[in-house]
Amino acid sequence: MATVRLEFSPEPAHVRTVRLVGVAVARRAGVADDQLDEVRLAIGEACARAVARHQRLGIRDSVEVAFSDGDRYLVKVVDRAADAEQIDGDEQLTIDVSATLLQGLVKDLHMAPLASGPGTEVRMGWPVRRRSR
Amino acid sequence: MELSLATRVVSAHTVLEVGGEVDVYTAPKLRERITELLDGGIGAVVVDLGKVEFMDSTGLGVLVGGYRKSRTVGASFGVVCGKESLLKIFRITGLDQVLPLYQSIDAATTA
Repeated sequence: MATVRLEFSPEPAHVRTVRLVGVAVARRAGVADDQLDEVRLAIGEACARAVARHQRLGIRDSVEVAFSDGDRYLVKVVDRAADAEQIDGDEQLTIDVSATLLQGLVKDLHMAPLASGPGTEVRMGWPVRRRSR
Repeated sequence: MELSLATRVVSAHTVLEVGGEVDVYTAPKLRERITELLDGGIGAVVVDLGKVEFMDSTGLGVLVGGYRKSRTVGASFGVVCGKESLLKIFRITGLDQVLPLYQSIDAATTA
């Protein structure tokens, strides 16, 4: 199993870069072409969620992402932010819509608090059709 | 591809033509432009997503925010979207039942 890892400062500008890398690894892993749009959107949503969680609390730590190419294509996004109270307005609306979108898009989705310290881990998986080396 | 924004007038509606990627980085620019139009007294705004290649929940949030604002200022607000990949995210989030969605600019400006 090959893994590509990256870390990025919690800035919206970097989310697009992560999407591009994630789709490139997915394509190489053998995710079906008709699922790549879904992969791109899901990775973007998970990373944007992590950025929003860091920014709400002023956390400058990096967001960690890992793309693994195995029997399934697995994506893991880890943030280091504690859960915050709900806020009013468009920002909360976007956070709620983002969670709905992720749940609707990705059948193999797990979101859980980190075992140690504040933060959450989002794990997503997609089937692969072929292996290319 | 970066976000592109352009406006034109069609049948007394101001059509905001959006292109490129609407995501967590670029959506604030779209929000700013929609707010500018509605605060500027435009009575009918149509957001045309025909050239959008990618949109995430931040973009959806901006459209809902624009729709809400239009109602408070008494303007009409419509969204033109014919791409299946984008319509899918409206359906998943249930926003196809909230936002006035149209298949074409003609449909939006004659509604």
